[in-house]
Amino acid sequence: MFSMTDVTVCYDNVEAVRNVSLSVDEGQIVTVIGPNGAGKTTLLMAAIGLLGSRGRMAFRGNDLGKMSVEDRVERRLCLVPEKRELFSDMSVADNLLLGSYSLRDRSGVRKTLDEVYDRFPRLKERQRQAAGTLSGGERQMLALGRALMAKPALLMLDEPSLGLAPLIVREIFRTIASLRDLGVSILLVEQNARAALEAADYGYVLETGEIVQSGPAKDLIHDPRLITAYLGGH
Amino acid sequence: MTSDIAAILAIDGIATGAVYALVAIGTVLIFTVTRVIFIPFGDIAAFTALTLAALDAKRFPGTGALVVVLACLATLIEIISLIRNGELRLLPRALFFYLAVPLAVVGIAWLTMRIDPPLAVRLVLALMLITPIAPLLDRIVFRPIADGTVLLLLTVSVALHFALVGLGLLFFGPEGVRTEPLTSLSTELAGVLISGQTMLIVIAALVFSGLLYLFFDFTLVGKSLRATAVNRTGSRLMGIRPARAGTIAYLLGSLMAGVSGILIAPVNTVFYDSGFLIGLKAFVGAIVGGMTSYPGAAIGAVGVGILESFASFQSSALKDVIVFSLLIPVLIWRSLASLHSEEEIEE
Repeated sequence: MFSMTDVTVCYDNVEAVRNVSLSVDEGQIVTVIGPNGAGKTTLLMAAIGLLGSRGRMAFRGNDLGKMSVEDRVERRLCLVPEKRELFSDMSVADNLLLGSYSLRDRSGVRKTLDEVYDRFPRLKERQRQAAGTLSGGERQMLALGRALMAKPALLMLDEPSLGLAPLIVREIFRTIASLRDLGVSILLVEQNARAALEAADYGYVLETGEIVQSGPAKDLIHDPRLITAYLGGH
Repeated sequence: MTSDIAAILAIDGIATGAVYALVAIGTVLIFTVTRVIFIPFGDIAAFTALTLAALDAKRFPGTGALVVVLACLATLIEIISLIRNGELRLLPRALFFYLAVPLAVVGIAWLTMRIDPPLAVRLVLALMLITPIAPLLDRIVFRPIADGTVLLLLTVSVALHFALVGLGLLFFGPEGVRTEPLTSLSTELAGVLISGQTMLIVIAALVFSGLLYLFFDFTLVGKSLRATAVNRTGSRLMGIRPARAGTIAYLLGSLMAGVSGILIAPVNTVFYDSGFLIGLKAFVGAIVGGMTSYPGAAIGAVGVGILESFASFQSSALKDVIVFSLLIPVLIWRSLASLHSEEEIEE
């Protein structure tokens, strides 16, 4: 459903991502793991259109080429960025409502909001509270919930576990795994390689801007090189 | 100064401040959504007064021709941009919004002029002719440099103001105008006579502020404008187009500046270049309010109005000096209070 072919992203003249090709199939969770500075965030920024890129990108048969960020979002491509990018002065409820901004058919918005509240009861408790006053874990839940309000076909998550307590990380990954039931495809970028590979169907390893390894997640998790480099030597 | 004089000055100051408040709220709205400090807002207010005066005198105002020229330019630029981005499928929409709607507005105004319309209709016509100007200027001037620095946008904004003042002289001539009062009623409050016009100004400012509050808090479009102001990247990720949010902000801001122009025209003589001082004083009010808060801008602007009223009683020649001197302590206080602002932005 989503594919990148020979995608290169440059900052000025420096290539941050080089000739990357990857694909996500319908209903699949695909993860890109790699060390800090490998170009994982850059890759997602290019996928959503916030950064320009060379190469080919397609989503459900549409060439994403010159498509703006907003056009991609209208086609139900969604990014939860590393910085969350919440509307900090606005209430939790307003943040969630704005998640549905791109939907033309607004009849189901109320139902989707209730579903998000069911999934994250904490958000319902804090619906009147300003997003800026939430804890780190709650912010991540809000960022995820806001993305779900757009009824995404492909959800791209950038470091969803970053800066969160282990208990919250487990909760977030449980949620990510459960999104498969909604038919949402996921492209997950993570430094927490073990958690990401446990949740994913397929994985890519990105190092210094290039894909150096790929394969089914259950194989990668037992790969000796990856175990030494990313999985804490277990 | 007796208490009677102080009361009269205070009421006068509140009325002037209410007019500044409308322009100040518009300034904050545009700044937060687009990062442009739109200096020509005062000119938009003055142009509305001058347009209304021209309509009163049964002359078709030059602002009509300005809208036609701007609409043609904006359409041309939009078509070039669509061709360049390979988005020709959006052409009908562009033609409708940038050409058909502005031309229809001018056409309706021109035709209505033939039947010698009453004052209420002339007010609506003046507002209709004024509101497309700022959104069209946005498309022509600001959108191509939307990613530029705030300083670049401000410099262009100042240049645009001077261009509009020149056009104002061309369209309306050097004579000042004062339109007929919108009401001849008056009332007495605690021994002080308050004119109906003064009350109308304050009521209009309150009503528009209230409507704006409802718009921002209870409509999805209003919330999307707030979201763009709070976090531009975040709002784009929701599918909110900054350019569209900017156009809505310019439309709303122009409407508020237009209303303030209509309100001030029966009280003060308005010249082609009067807008600069109106805009600048509203800007001072907006700065007092921190440039991001609507209630702050409104309160700041009313404060500026009251200060100006008392200053003109003490020394008419120095009233502007006194008002603008207010900026110095306010800016010092603001800069001391926001030492960590850069770090907050980084976060």
